[in-house]
Amino acid sequence: MASESAVTPTTGTFRVKRGLAEMLKGGVIMDVVDSEQAKIAEDAGAVAVMALERVPSDIRRDGGVARMSDPAMIEGIQAAVTIPVMAKARIGHFAEAQVLESLGVDFIDESEVLTPADEAHHIDKWAFTAPFVCGATNLGEALRRISEGAAMIRSKGEAGTGDVVQAVRHLRSILGDIRKIQVADSAELFDWAKKLQAPLPLVQEVAETGQLPVPLFCAGGLATPADASLVMQLGAQSVFVGSGIFKSEEPARRARAIVEATTHFRDAAIVAKVSRGLGEAIRGIQSSDVETRLEDRGW
Amino acid sequence: MDGPKVGVLALQGATEPHRLVLDALGATAVDVRTPEDLAAVDAVILPGGESTTISFLLDSSGLRVPLAERLADGLPALGTCAGMILLATEVLDGRPDQESLGAIDITVRRNAFGRQRDSFEADLAVAGLPDGPLHAVFIRAPAVERVGPGVEVLATVGDRPVLCRQGAVTVCSFHPELGDDLRLHQRFLEEI
Repeated sequence: MASESAVTPTTGTFRVKRGLAEMLKGGVIMDVVDSEQAKIAEDAGAVAVMALERVPSDIRRDGGVARMSDPAMIEGIQAAVTIPVMAKARIGHFAEAQVLESLGVDFIDESEVLTPADEAHHIDKWAFTAPFVCGATNLGEALRRISEGAAMIRSKGEAGTGDVVQAVRHLRSILGDIRKIQVADSAELFDWAKKLQAPLPLVQEVAETGQLPVPLFCAGGLATPADASLVMQLGAQSVFVGSGIFKSEEPARRARAIVEATTHFRDAAIVAKVSRGLGEAIRGIQSSDVETRLEDRGW
Repeated sequence: MDGPKVGVLALQGATEPHRLVLDALGATAVDVRTPEDLAAVDAVILPGGESTTISFLLDSSGLRVPLAERLADGLPALGTCAGMILLATEVLDGRPDQESLGAIDITVRRNAFGRQRDSFEADLAVAGLPDGPLHAVFIRAPAVERVGPGVEVLATVGDRPVLCRQGAVTVCSFHPELGDDLRLHQRFLEEI
């Protein structure tokens, strides 16, 4: 028998924002530039798509100022798929974020892949009901973004390179410092907060729980199923794959393979099985050779 | 003595919060990614996540057939959000090739409450649950549009059923694992 429900719904709470990040765990979020790619991504098992006009490797090639995508393009992708749609705003560009929120974008990425709009300030993400994901290269940066209201952190890596080395460095830095903080005594935590330039209560929370207060995903340079397995084993909870899928020879097969490798990341036999015959990966560029280091954007 | 061995389908989604709740209630939580994992459990939880992704992975992992068979044999199951979609007999607004496990006779519409901006928290009155309303978190939540004979509706939002039970299978549109209220999991464990 149904009972009467006294429902007073509240939207846009931090629990609701963080809740969507929880739902995306163990999955692959794929960069797409049109609705056709979005459908291929959804068919391949993506948990969400990132709608943008140019993937990072093209932004890198073309140069110029990279901005938020055309709302019509984002709406086209929203209409094409049933999974969550993310989109990027420039660092500090709260007006772009307001536009994305008004479009009903499910997650806003305040992203270093776009050209920053503010040299000192990130967006005050508490002012939004839409959840935000932000990049980080180390624990201090991650905790500063969380203090500004981010509901998800991703490693920055070096987007558009197809080189996973920077993503690994960032993950190891974040997770390594978390392990160190866990064995610090209460007096040492004050020093950690100072060193990380992060709020003390967040540092204390990390010390107690042994993890970030929000999910930690990995982005930046992933190109193969084994890359996904690597970063998941290091402690990432999901992966973003940008240029790595649609700049490869067989995007649909590669996308499915990365989805399976992310689920079965500890099972090398499955990673081997799905890695067979995928064709050429993104050709890539060694991250030490890049002229513009996107990871240095953000403060 | 160990509590029941409860599998958490760990193909994709919010598996960790379910494991934490199970640990807190004294059950043994086991990740299920393969048919071998499934064979060893006394009950199963299908978590939230993306149902399209989990459905794809049910096929690629070879879990779909053995899971459907065990459910048909009466394996106790709790499905939250995407888990509800996967356990239903019929899915609306899914992918055309999206198959369901058909363990509870309901029709579910995906994303029925809207996009993330419409996600919400609310207190729900739950039939037969003592000690007041249940605090529920709805994330891009599905809703039940048709309830077959033999299905009990235990909670609604407006006129939409959001918590249903048929035999050993309980499904909800929301995420009891994201709140601090463990009563739904507790009741599920008591009935295993």
